[in-house]
Amino acid sequence: MNGALIFTDKGIYCPAGDFYIDPWRPVDRALITHGHADHARSGHQRYLATHQALPVMHHRLGDIQSQGIAYGETQKIGDATVSFHPAGHIPGSAQIRVEVGGEVWVVSGDYKVTNDGLSEPFEPVKCHSFVTESTFGLPVFTWPSQAEVAKDLNQWWADCAADGKTAILGAYSLGKAQRLMKMLDPSIGPIMTHTAVEATNAILRTQGYDLPETIAVTQDTDAKAHKGGIVIAPPAALGSNWAKKFGPVSSGFASGWMRLRGIRRRRAADRGFVISDHADWTGLLSAIKNTGAENIYVTHGYTDIFTQHLNNTGYTAQVVPTEFGDTDQDSEDAA
Amino acid sequence: MKAFADLFQAIDQSTKTSIKVAALTDYFRTASDDDKLWTIALFSGRRPKRAVTTTQLREWASEVADVPLWLLEESYSIVGDLAETIALVLPPSHTRSNLSLTQWIKFLGELATLEPEQRKERILQAWSQLEPTERFLFNKLLTGGFRIGVSQKLMTRALAKAVDQDEATIAHRLMGGWTPETVTFQSLILDDDPTADLSRPYPFYLAYQLETEPEELGQLENWQAEWKWDGIRGQLVLRGGQHHLWSRGEELITDRFPEMARSLDFLPDGTVIDGEVVAWDGAQPMGFSTLQQRIGRKTVPKKLLKDAPAILLAYDLLEHNGQDLRDAPLRERRAQLEALIAPLPDDTPVRLSPALHFEDWQSLTDQRATARDHKAEGLMLKNLDAPYLAGRKKGDWWKWKLDPLTIDAVMIYAQQGHGRRANLFTDFTFAVRNGDDLVPFTKAYSGLTDAEFRKITQWVRKNTIQRFGPVRQVTPHHVFEIAFEGIQKSPRHKSGVALRFPRMSRWRHDKPMSEANTLDDLNAMLETYG
Repeated sequence: MNGALIFTDKGIYCPAGDFYIDPWRPVDRALITHGHADHARSGHQRYLATHQALPVMHHRLGDIQSQGIAYGETQKIGDATVSFHPAGHIPGSAQIRVEVGGEVWVVSGDYKVTNDGLSEPFEPVKCHSFVTESTFGLPVFTWPSQAEVAKDLNQWWADCAADGKTAILGAYSLGKAQRLMKMLDPSIGPIMTHTAVEATNAILRTQGYDLPETIAVTQDTDAKAHKGGIVIAPPAALGSNWAKKFGPVSSGFASGWMRLRGIRRRRAADRGFVISDHADWTGLLSAIKNTGAENIYVTHGYTDIFTQHLNNTGYTAQVVPTEFGDTDQDSEDAA
Repeated sequence: MKAFADLFQAIDQSTKTSIKVAALTDYFRTASDDDKLWTIALFSGRRPKRAVTTTQLREWASEVADVPLWLLEESYSIVGDLAETIALVLPPSHTRSNLSLTQWIKFLGELATLEPEQRKERILQAWSQLEPTERFLFNKLLTGGFRIGVSQKLMTRALAKAVDQDEATIAHRLMGGWTPETVTFQSLILDDDPTADLSRPYPFYLAYQLETEPEELGQLENWQAEWKWDGIRGQLVLRGGQHHLWSRGEELITDRFPEMARSLDFLPDGTVIDGEVVAWDGAQPMGFSTLQQRIGRKTVPKKLLKDAPAILLAYDLLEHNGQDLRDAPLRERRAQLEALIAPLPDDTPVRLSPALHFEDWQSLTDQRATARDHKAEGLMLKNLDAPYLAGRKKGDWWKWKLDPLTIDAVMIYAQQGHGRRANLFTDFTFAVRNGDDLVPFTKAYSGLTDAEFRKITQWVRKNTIQRFGPVRQVTPHHVFEIAFEGIQKSPRHKSGVALRFPRMSRWRHDKPMSEANTLDDLNAMLETYG
């Protein structure tokens, strides 16, 4: 290791190119893996992200100085060569490959290895050192297939519709919400969205992502006019005053955390669906294996346990403290 | 098992009591009598004999799932439930069994007769034939302890509905020492025979905490006040020349308190007394920690019997001369209780819990303030006209506890919770100041709202100084008010004290660390209240 990347209190730093990846303090040049708030923060002088990630970042961060890059395209920054590769996490998300003097690092940001039908599917990238998350780095976290969850989800929605209830589904407004929409069977009823979700929908549609037809719920919307419908809203909107306008509802919550009964019960939603935009246990291990890397840096999640397991199975792994995964209220348990 | 798994899912997925009761009622109308009986048994804390040890289960699961044992243990500490942890790590099953709940329980019963290797083979085979929810429930049967979000109260309500009976009647029938092997659904629920079980206790009447001023309870003369003792609730049943002592959790604790055997010499057959088991020094209770030494032990060494002798402080009479008195007003029950107990000699293991004398609410308030001097937690207020009800009911019985003791302390260590709180930091260690040092003196896990736990979790992530495995040392900064019910000397703790029921009562955003309490303050409290 020659330190192509180093870990600082501002974020992951590349001395050879004088840039940071997903920094949590204001810096001059920031390379951003994806648009979620704990990775794309405000206050940097210059941003570099995939063409697909930028529109949402502009929407969320306002007037930023930014440059887009295509997946797979290489760019020279100082003495470093960088390129962005699909991470499969949300639309536009990337792993960032950094090469300095033959030493290759990959910072994966957040990722999942399964194809969700919406995000650009994850591609393994060979490297010497791999920076990974471990949000779900325990063997109890293994995901059912998307097809299975879609079946349960649609069954629940259909049951709600038959009972005269509106189904209201809590999901992070960038990524998870749109993924869920695509899993829904529109023949059951109308799909309604909270304005926070619809704002993201509009941007993604303009970019050419194929999303089903939705009805945005505004102040003027007669919520009860759309019988048998499903509403997709940020988790915080569940159980709020806003949700009351739909009359009798059944609430659902979609997150990897729903795998654990204790957290399902804490969430107190009527239904929990196990669906996450993060890799499960097997996904994390296969992703790491496929990089061919020997050195693994674990940034957030069950870092201590996951790192110990990697060290026990032949890798050189260590925990690096970061401020990723520090969720705001909106994304609490939504991973 | 499918019907039982469906029932479980319906209950587990819902937060609404009405839906849970409906699912249970439906199940009690359609399931076979054997399955119903076992379901009642499981939901009322009875369970099949343990066929394998949890150590074996962990080892086998580790092997089948190809997850190293340490990693399984770590996962368990986060999930908080071994049955669930194992169900989650096992590979998916490919075949599906049709055995019923009762058949699976029989299957477990047969394991005991097998060689260890065969037992393992059977368990692995079972795992490979069950879908995830069934597997979780199967593991629950194996590991014992079936707390799954159905209170006995809810189950009783549903059962009463399903068989069209009164709820209190069903509650009474469910009490006592029956097991699914000794009764049938028919004999237990449908043809109740009161002589069938001489040990059967009555359902306990439980009080709510008084939230208003006592003046609002109405006429003074309609109320009886007693000390609220800090022991364990007990019901002493004397029938057929035998005695049985039941705890509130419906556990038979007769053997743990052999002192009670002598009550047969003093009290007539057909007597049932409700009261509080306390350790007694001859004049007053000895503090809960003394009693605690007795609770955990099934057999009691002579020395402990001498050092921590137990008695029952009697406060209600539920049966007299074989007659159920519960419908009589407290006024009457109390008179009979006093007539029965007051004349007994001082060394009787059953003594009267006195009714306090008071002229007005103010004098009662003053007496309550002295509760700690009487080794009591506060007062009990009981309506003299009320019958003895079953379960927790509002209106006639109130506990009016003292305000807890409090101390302002600095948070210094944090650890993630498990179960419901698996991804939050919820377990904290607190310190008092001693000069420039911080002396840890207690842990606390509860008292904050979910929103506060989320907030402190984010703060802990950013302010970790050092990690010791799962424990994080954090920057000493936040001050919390710690509430507790008692304080005692403890050589096992670094600070020299142990608190009873410590919890976080308030996050003192207004207090800087320099204003947290000191070790001297803590010692002064020990002096006063210890």
